[in-house]
Order: sequence, then structure tokens, then C-alpha cells
Amino acid sequence: MEKIREMLSIKNLKVNIGDKEILKGIDLEVKPGEIHAIMGPNGSGKSTLASTLAGRDYVTVTDGKVTYQGKNLLDLEPEERALEGIFLGFQYPVEIPGVSMVNFMRTAINEQRKYKGLEPLSAGDFLKLMHERKSIVGIDSKLTNRSVNEGFSGGEKKKNEIFQMALLEPVLSILDETDSGLDIDALKIVANGVNKLRRKDNATIVITHYQRLLDYIIPDFVHVLYKGRIVKSGNKELAYKLEEKGYEWLKEEVEAD
Amino acid sequence: MSDQDKILKDVTQGDYKYGFYTDIDSDSVPKGLNEDVIRMISVKKKEPEWLLEFRLKAFRQWQKMKMPHWPHLTLPEIDYQDIIYYSAPKRKASLESIDDVDPELLDTFNKLGIPLEEQKALAGVAVDAVMDSVSVKTTFRETLAELGIIFCSFSEAVQNHPDLVKKYLGSVVPYTDNYFATLNSAVFTDGSFCYIPKGVRCPMELSTYFRINAFNTGQFERTLLVADEGAYVSYLEGCTAPQRDENQLHAAVVELVALDNAEIKYSTVQNWYPGDKNGKGGIYNFVTKRGMCKGDSSKISWTQVETGSAITWKYPSCILRGDNSVGEFYSVAVTNNHQQADTGTKMTHIGKNTRSLVISKGISGGVSQNSYRGLVRVLKGAENARNFSQCDSLLLGDKCGAHTFPYIEADNKSAVIEHEATTSKIGEDQIFYCNQRGIDTETAVGMIVNGYAREVLNKLPMEFAVEAQKLLQISLEGSVG
Repeated sequence: MEKIREMLSIKNLKVNIGDKEILKGIDLEVKPGEIHAIMGPNGSGKSTLASTLAGRDYVTVTDGKVTYQGKNLLDLEPEERALEGIFLGFQYPVEIPGVSMVNFMRTAINEQRKYKGLEPLSAGDFLKLMHERKSIVGIDSKLTNRSVNEGFSGGEKKKNEIFQMALLEPVLSILDETDSGLDIDALKIVANGVNKLRRKDNATIVITHYQRLLDYIIPDFVHVLYKGRIVKSGNKELAYKLEEKGYEWLKEEVEAD
Repeated sequence: MSDQDKILKDVTQGDYKYGFYTDIDSDSVPKGLNEDVIRMISVKKKEPEWLLEFRLKAFRQWQKMKMPHWPHLTLPEIDYQDIIYYSAPKRKASLESIDDVDPELLDTFNKLGIPLEEQKALAGVAVDAVMDSVSVKTTFRETLAELGIIFCSFSEAVQNHPDLVKKYLGSVVPYTDNYFATLNSAVFTDGSFCYIPKGVRCPMELSTYFRINAFNTGQFERTLLVADEGAYVSYLEGCTAPQRDENQLHAAVVELVALDNAEIKYSTVQNWYPGDKNGKGGIYNFVTKRGMCKGDSSKISWTQVETGSAITWKYPSCILRGDNSVGEFYSVAVTNNHQQADTGTKMTHIGKNTRSLVISKGISGGVSQNSYRGLVRVLKGAENARNFSQCDSLLLGDKCGAHTFPYIEADNKSAVIEHEATTSKIGEDQIFYCNQRGIDTETAVGMIVNGYAREVLNKLPMEFAVEAQKLLQISLEGSVG
């Protein structure tokens, strides 16, 4: 049997929200070990792509195929996708009052272990694991003792996303505008976390509006999403060019075609 | 229907696991209500003359009363002549030891998770088990007696401590109080009695477990709890009933009395049979619960987790008579399918510097209706009274209702009364966030609801907090529509 080389393969993906077509035929291949950056102006469909991969129910796939580790991703429930190793770093992490971070993440970890046929982690072992992973993102114990995202600042919420990623050790991470609203120190911490978690067998899709995150997370590929299509792909130089010339340059170029 | 709706529906429509019936010989009085029936109950219980008088006065009063229709409930007609007012499992004349208890009965309570053999019982919890009209067994009685604590069935208290019963019975909830309390005063059968003497801190949780078993039987129990000066007690009440197509009436009265510096913590985990998914059957839970902070600096705290019953209609209340006394009310009321609840509290401030706190969390799913109704009353002499009330409602789905009826009456200008209320819908974003971490919707809903109710659940004694958490999860099976 041929070895599956692609971790993720998106072919001609078309997605509607309501009656409006947002993604108009996306093609993307992600292999283990790679970091892909998806850039683009507001409203180009970046977050819709992330939502589609994670399985939100307000998007409707009208055409195309998404294969993840040999499986038809679009057939899987959101929680199954998560258990199969897909992690979404939310652009707007959700607050869950009264549910402690410890309880939340322990439930998540144990669901994952159950899925893999492993025994649940004891409270002691879990706290040990939490302590160890905290250092990766430099998250405060004060935060992990609180309810999920409740009363967290914007930066704390984003750090908390990376902290959860560190605990769950996903195969494919999709970070949706993780850099938005971060000051430079928080940005470095988040980027540093992502770099530390990088391995040969996992991959990351970084969705961002600005090039500045890519100063700290060096992508192997940069794709520009514009009006629901990937109009340009390249290496990190493309990101610099975009930063320098702005999206206007791209619009001209695309529309000239 | 989206998947989420489907799962929510499954979650909220879980089966009631206490719906079994124990086939046991019982000794009942004939159906119906009249003075003869009341005399018969009194004779069966070998009651003194004054207690029979109390009952008869109440009955005559009740005949003049009409069932009130002010709550936000769809109330059915109840045929009071179609109810059996006394039913007792047949047993030997007296229970000398656990061996005298009918094995069927022991088995019933074992199935309910309430072992009556002391060596098997939850460490640190003394239980009075009441089935239909009588108390079956009270555990740890001797241990408690060493401290002078009286914990026994109401009937035994009438025989062995008539002075205490006579002094306090009806002192908080008079027999004229309301339709159901008056009915209870006429026909009450058993219940628990507890007296904590001066300065004694009760070392274990006291608990009464109520079980309605017999067919067509109303349960009218009476609980009387007195904490003498400086005493402390934490008390728990649990309840279940078999699954039946007919509705059954539960009209209990609970009276608490706290003297100077005494503290009573009263917790209820109410899980009466709620009826089936179409609203057939279930218990009508029309209960009067009231505590009197009689002494200065006394404190009464009610905590309730209400998940069962077809209709819940009750307002555990505090009369803050003593200066510096404190009343608290923590409530989680869950309604699902066709359940209805109109519940809340009354805080009556009479003494100076009295304080009250109300935290109410309503959770509604299915096509249920859930109302909070609360009264904060500050009388003229209640200088510097303080109240804070917070009423939150959580809606699961869009076919259920949540309502809040706060009433405030302040006759003293120094009173400070605050009321906060919120209504929220369980967020699809919250559920998706959990899903994305690998947590399925059912578990996510349970977790979010428990988080929402946490402030109240934290007030329950440990053993019961765990139980209540599970119960919340089960009651909400299939609720998000």
C-alpha cells in the first residue's frame, strides 16, 4: 500500500455560509513537519476555512474533498476530529463560567485517552502534566486555577489556547488569528510555544492577517487567500513582500490576471 | 434538528432510575378524608389528646380554605377523597435491632443507595428512613444520644419527648398558614424530629430519606428541627418515588427553630419522580418549609437542588427575628420535559442588623416552565437590614420558559436591598469549544450546567455534592432542544 504522505489534503473545497459562497475552491496539501501560513485581507475566508476544518455547523460544504490522515474529514463529528488530533486555536476563545481549567482540561485529556484505549489519568498525574506544560507557554498558575477563560485578558486567552495545545499534543494545529490583539511580549511567548511544540510528525496551519507573527514562527509555505481562493503560494519571502507592498498590490495583480 | 439538538434531547430525556416499586404488605386506612380518618391515624400512632386536637383544628380550618391559584403553574384539580392518607409497611411491634426490619425494606433502601446497617452506612451521616407514612429506621441514634442529640422519627418524638414537640410544633408554620400546610397539620403521618442541645455541634450530617412507595398514597410528613443556644447542625433530605402514571401528592411541612447563636444548615436533594416525557404521572411537590431565626445572631441556611417532581411549588423561607440573625437560600431548580416549578424564598427581616442572601439558579429544558418567586420583607423595627438576591436562569433550547417574580416590601428606610437577575442560553459556542477539545456534547452540557450551578453545589455537604452533580447530569439528559 502506498504510504500516505499528506497529513491533510484539501481539494476544490467550496463552502457557503447561508446563501453566500465564502470559499470558492481551495486546494491545499499539508505534510507532517510543515508549518503553513495562510494570510489574506479581512473577509477573504480565512476563519471560514478554520471553522470548516474544525467542523462548525454553520458552514455548509457544497463541493470538494478534505482528506485527513486517509480519512474523509468532513464525515467526522467535531469531537471526533479533535480526538483524531486536530486542534483549533480559537480567534475568540470562549468563557465557560464555573468550569475550572483543571476540570476542563482533565476531561479533555481523559476523553482523548479513552479514545486511544488508555486508562484515565489520575488527578495527581494530571496536575504533574499540567505543571510541566505550563512552562512551555509561561502561563500563570493563577490562570489555570480559574474558570475557563473567565475574566482572562485577550493575551491571557491566547496563551491559554497554546497551553491547551501543549497539553493535548495535536497532530494538526490550526491557529486562527492567534496573534490578533497581542502585544509583542505575548506574541513572542505564543510563537515560542508553537516552536517548542513543533515535531517531525505534527503540522501547523497559522492563519494571520499580519506578517509580524511570521518573524517568530517561520513558515515553510505561505498562502494568500483572497476572495475565497488561494491566489498565491510561496515561501516566507511572500510574507515579506505582502508586508511591504500591502494587500493592494495583490489585488491589482490578481485582478490583472 | 441539528445533532446538537438531538444530543441535548437524549441527554435531557434520561430514564428515572428510582422508579421501581417494592411489593410489601402495608397497613392502610381507607381512602378519603374526614374526621374519622384523622382520628384513626391518631389512634394508630397512639397520640396524646392535644395532638389529635391540633389535627382536628387544622382539618376544620382546611375545610374552609380554597386551593390558591396564584403561582405560575398549570395546576390540575386534586381529588382529596381519592387519596390514602396513611399507609405503613407492616412490621413487628417494635424494632429492637436492624434484624427486625423487614428484609424487603432494607433491600429497598439499599437499592436507593441508603444502607440502613450502620456498618455499611456512609461514615458520618445518620439517616432516618421514611417510607410512605412511617419512619423505618434511624441509624446512629445511640452515638448521637451520648451528646444529648435527639434524632428520631416524629412519631417516636411524640411518645418520648412530648414537651419539646408540643412547644415547637406549629410555632414556625402555624396550622392556619396555607392550604397545604393546613392539610398537612391535619393528616401528617411521620417525618423526622431533631433536637440539638445547648452548645452542641452535631458531629455528623443528619439525614432523612423519604420514599413514597404505596399506590395512591399521599405523603404528608412533618419535620421539626430545633437547635438550642449555640448549637450547630447540618441536615440533609433526599427523596424518590416509584414511576407511576398517576400523580401523587407530597405536601410536607418542615419547621426549623434556631435559638441564640445557633446555626442550621438544611440541604435538600429532591428527586421525586418527575413524570414521563409526555408529562404523564409524577409527584406534586407542594411543601412548606420555613425556618425561624428566633435567637440573636442565629443563622439558617437552605440549600436545595430540585430536579424531580411533575410540579414543584415551594419557598423555603427564613424569619429573621433575632437581632444580627442571618438567612441564606441557595437553590438550583432544574425542569425538563413537561415539568413545572415555581420556587424561591421569603426572607422576613424583623430583628436589627439582619442579613439575607439569595442565590437562585434556574435551569430549564424541554417544554418546561421554571419560575423564581421571592419576597424580601423588611419590617419597621428591622434597622440596617441587608439583602442581596441573585437570580439566574439558564435556558436549554427555545421551547422552555424561565420567569422571575421578585417582590420587595421595605418598611424601614435604613434597609439596603439588592436584586440581580440574568437569563442566558447555553451557548453553541461553549459547546463547540468543548467539542473541539474532544468532549462530546452530552458531557459538555453536563459540565457547563454544573459550572453554572457550582456556587450552589459548593454549599452542599461533600457526599451529596457529588450525588447532586450526577443528578443534574441525568436530569438534563436530552434537554437542549
